[in-house]
Amino acid sequence: MHLELDDTQRMVQETARAFAEKTLRPNAAQYERDEKIPASVLRSLADLGLLSVNIPARFEGAEAGAVAYALAMQEIARGCASTAVTMAVTNMVGEVINQFGTEAQRERYVRGLATGELVAGSFALSETEAGSDPGAMRTTATLENDRWILRGNKQWITSADFAGVFVVWARTGGPGTAGISTFLMPANTPGLRISKHEDKMGLRASSTCALVFDDCELPQDALLGELGHGFRIAMMALDGGRIGIGAQACGIASAALEEAISYAKDRTQFGKPIADFQAIQWMIADSQTELDAAKLLVMRAASLKQAGVAFSREAAMAKLFASEKAGQICDRVLQIHGGYGYTRDFAIERHVRDVRVSRIYEGTSEIQRTVIGRMILR
Amino acid sequence: MKILVPLKRTADPDNANKVKIAPGGGKIVTDGLEPKPNPFDEYAVETALRLTENGTNPKVRLAGDSVVIVSMGPKESAATIRQALAMGADSGLVYETTDEALDGDLVARALARVVAQEKPDLVVMGKQAVDGDSNQVGQILAERLGWPSATFAMSIELSADKKSVIVGREVDGGVIKLKLTLPAVVTVDLRIVSPKSVSNNVTPATHAYQDGARYAPLPMIMAAKKKPIAEAPFASLGEQGLTTTYLRFEQPPSRKAGIKVKDVAELVQRLRSEAKVL
Repeated sequence: MHLELDDTQRMVQETARAFAEKTLRPNAAQYERDEKIPASVLRSLADLGLLSVNIPARFEGAEAGAVAYALAMQEIARGCASTAVTMAVTNMVGEVINQFGTEAQRERYVRGLATGELVAGSFALSETEAGSDPGAMRTTATLENDRWILRGNKQWITSADFAGVFVVWARTGGPGTAGISTFLMPANTPGLRISKHEDKMGLRASSTCALVFDDCELPQDALLGELGHGFRIAMMALDGGRIGIGAQACGIASAALEEAISYAKDRTQFGKPIADFQAIQWMIADSQTELDAAKLLVMRAASLKQAGVAFSREAAMAKLFASEKAGQICDRVLQIHGGYGYTRDFAIERHVRDVRVSRIYEGTSEIQRTVIGRMILR
Repeated sequence: MKILVPLKRTADPDNANKVKIAPGGGKIVTDGLEPKPNPFDEYAVETALRLTENGTNPKVRLAGDSVVIVSMGPKESAATIRQALAMGADSGLVYETTDEALDGDLVARALARVVAQEKPDLVVMGKQAVDGDSNQVGQILAERLGWPSATFAMSIELSADKKSVIVGREVDGGVIKLKLTLPAVVTVDLRIVSPKSVSNNVTPATHAYQDGARYAPLPMIMAAKKKPIAEAPFASLGEQGLTTTYLRFEQPPSRKAGIKVKDVAELVQRLRSEAKVL
């Protein structure tokens, strides 16, 4: 068993870390206040290959593999969780189009996402009445005069207000998951309206919007993959997405834990640094142990994906464990900070809010347990 | 134009406070510190890349231009070179030995041999390595080669005919500009990686670089795996013999705690009577 990174993976980690340390971490609080990731940051992510980590080089992707992706995601999330989720969704969209798209679709969209020309990708699956249960979706796509007409709405769409392409799921057949297909929708499609901006608890620099499709017209070749295969495509994309979100949770927890360690050494009470008290030492010991375990689960899922073997169960386990433990770690770190941790002057206040959604998006913890349980017991 | 950049693998300078002296004072111990490229050499790589590209398209070298990295040290130096290749350099050379078997003079002599083989138009290197801080290799190398040299460069401009460079050097009290006819040796200081410090008459004057050495973009990291690194024993260069003998290493004395003064009057009085600076 090899747990060592190779030189290439180390270099990817180093690039992501250097960019996060110099550009993201010192500015993450400002991005949050501005409720915006600067365009220059998105440009840099594209230039560094961080929006196309696992995309073939012939589409100008980095082709660095799923392990490198998980490493880079942790580092970017350590610097700014909002930037990380934008990066995660764009990579996921690029990968799903690369996996299921025609050559023309890949040439246009996969390349466009890798070069940064399309800025970001959006993943439009959820609806107001269809979250954990995509089979309940109501958005429809009907073929009229050789054109697909989409009608309906979508909810919780990351990067919607600057993404160049949307992967959209819509009902083309009967009820349930079997009647769903996948479409590629450019941002300038007539009838596509970016609706409500969500006023979120955390990840406030990332954009999350609702979408409305008012008779959105798409050409026939906008269909991604086969008709009626949408649910399968979504589930496969989410398997990879879960590695990204697990890695993001680890990154946020890493940032939090580093802050706890430095605060505990610095903060003096009863005449000595609070790091000298066993209560604090145990909190830090538990946190580091759980964080390491979470990272190992994420890296296992990523290396299975890279090896081209089944990884759904491992990705669900990694996402479940990493998001749950990252939440506990951030909570403990806030406790170590005492009253200061409850103020906006310390980053931990932001980490606690940012990390909370890890247990919800890309499949709730409850859905992950359902997936894992089903796969063990089938 | 061909540029040769010597690159040293050093112990992580960000954790320099963890460097220890072995019992008996015989040597410096850097156990547990991550190896990193010497930062000044990284700036030299950045300088060489800026000189050989159009800054608006940093993915390719200008036609006929190349950047070669050379390192002398342990076998693992190849990984350090690989990082420079991922930034954009073209190829690397490792001459294997141990750091203990080298001193500044021997490295300079060995580099002169490498220059004779590689025939670069310009050698760009860090002003010093952050471990030994000797600050001699560039100077000795230029002397051995009989080439013009400029040290502590904070700006460099390559002439349109690529036959000379104008180097801005930081000196006490200001900047001095020297024109060097190539081939030449230039050692760089940290301000060489400012956004507009390097000009090659190809990159538009309006172009501003990101401050600092560039990050290796992921596609370049992958491409660097296929770039050639030639490995050879240090002895193959035909130079040997140290001219430096280290007698003993000692920690500098620890600083004494400062004092607090009550008011300005006491400060002035102490500056006058104790520090005797007024």
